Amino acid sequence: MTDATTYQTPTEAEFSDYIALLKPRVMSLVVFTAFVGLIVAPVHLHPLIAFCSVLFIAIGGGASGALNMWYDADIDAVMNRTKSRPIPAGKIAAHEALALGLALSGIAVMMLGLSANWFAAAFLAFTIFFYAVVYTMWLKRSTPQNIVIGGAAGAFPPMIGWACATGGISLESLLMFALIFFWTPPHFWALALFMKEDYHKAGVPMLTVTHGRRTTRRHIFAYTLVLAPFAIWLGLTSVGGPIYLSVAVVLNALFIWRGWQVMRRTDEQSHADGHKAEKSFFRLSLIYLFAHFAALLVQHWVGA
Amino acid sequence: MALRTEHELHTRRKSRNIGLLVVLLAFVALIFALSVVKVQNGGGAALEGFDHQVRPGLLPREQGVEIRPSDNPVAAPGTPGAEAGARTAP
Repeated sequence: MTDATTYQTPTEAEFSDYIALLKPRVMSLVVFTAFVGLIVAPVHLHPLIAFCSVLFIAIGGGASGALNMWYDADIDAVMNRTKSRPIPAGKIAAHEALALGLALSGIAVMMLGLSANWFAAAFLAFTIFFYAVVYTMWLKRSTPQNIVIGGAAGAFPPMIGWACATGGISLESLLMFALIFFWTPPHFWALALFMKEDYHKAGVPMLTVTHGRRTTRRHIFAYTLVLAPFAIWLGLTSVGGPIYLSVAVVLNALFIWRGWQVMRRTDEQSHADGHKAEKSFFRLSLIYLFAHFAALLVQHWVGA
Repeated sequence: MALRTEHELHTRRKSRNIGLLVVLLAFVALIFALSVVKVQNGGGAALEGFDHQVRPGLLPREQGVEIRPSDNPVAAPGTPGAEAGARTAP
């Protein structure tokens, strides 16, 4: 290649493009929930070991994001929401994303094993495998239950954080898992209700595409009902308390009520007001998860 | 001189290289700090017990059990512990 052709390349990657490959927004959720899982655990960790543990869990999450972008580059190029990601935008080659994802996965797992313990490291390795292979390669393109089962990958971080401190699994960590696991489907289906065209174009079998919007609305409400008992139950364990329980009761009542409203609406009503209720439910779902984990943290500091 | 011209491409590569440098330096600093913390928190004893013969001194002490020099299987030659061990050997 001559200098002339090199200069003609307008989209050489910057450092920030590699960061974008790690899905920093998803990573922030991973960091927060893993941090809470680690802090509320009954075993105290040295602050630096705790910091390293959360950092390597986050890097593991970022690595699985890069592997997801490598495999899904064709889908990302079609969807409006994702077409500016580094691979479809032509800034980073797909094989570079694969290499980065594999290398960071190895580093994150090894370093978590050395800084915390090997159980947590094995758990992180399984989570990366679950997201990159089970969800991205097997489920996403084949079943409308993709995000239901794939949601487990996003629900593991607080369990890994807990495992970093305790070296195992307990009821509390399983309930934190359940909280995210049952929260994921209504969160993404609400998004799919007002981003339907994107998934349709890409041929991703979201519930809205395969079973229609009426069924999706019913599923959203059903999941808010399933989610509530787990959220309340967590408040009755050793990590819960009055602060967490108050937050959980209020937010779950609100979540069920908004889910009911979304279910009762027709598509005509939804189109008429620009999917107002669906967008509002989606925003509430973000607050819901953040507030639950923040309440666990406050409860821990105040005293369970 | 054309060769010294700073093209926009060079600026972007520079940002990438500096970013990588910062990440690598931070990683080295982190490993160092982690090593210090691990050793200070008893990681050294655990390591010693891992690839050497375990000394009774590394084991958690039991209530009411006195550790005598003859219990030490690796007592240095010429020490009372080694002599006691030799006397009790079959």
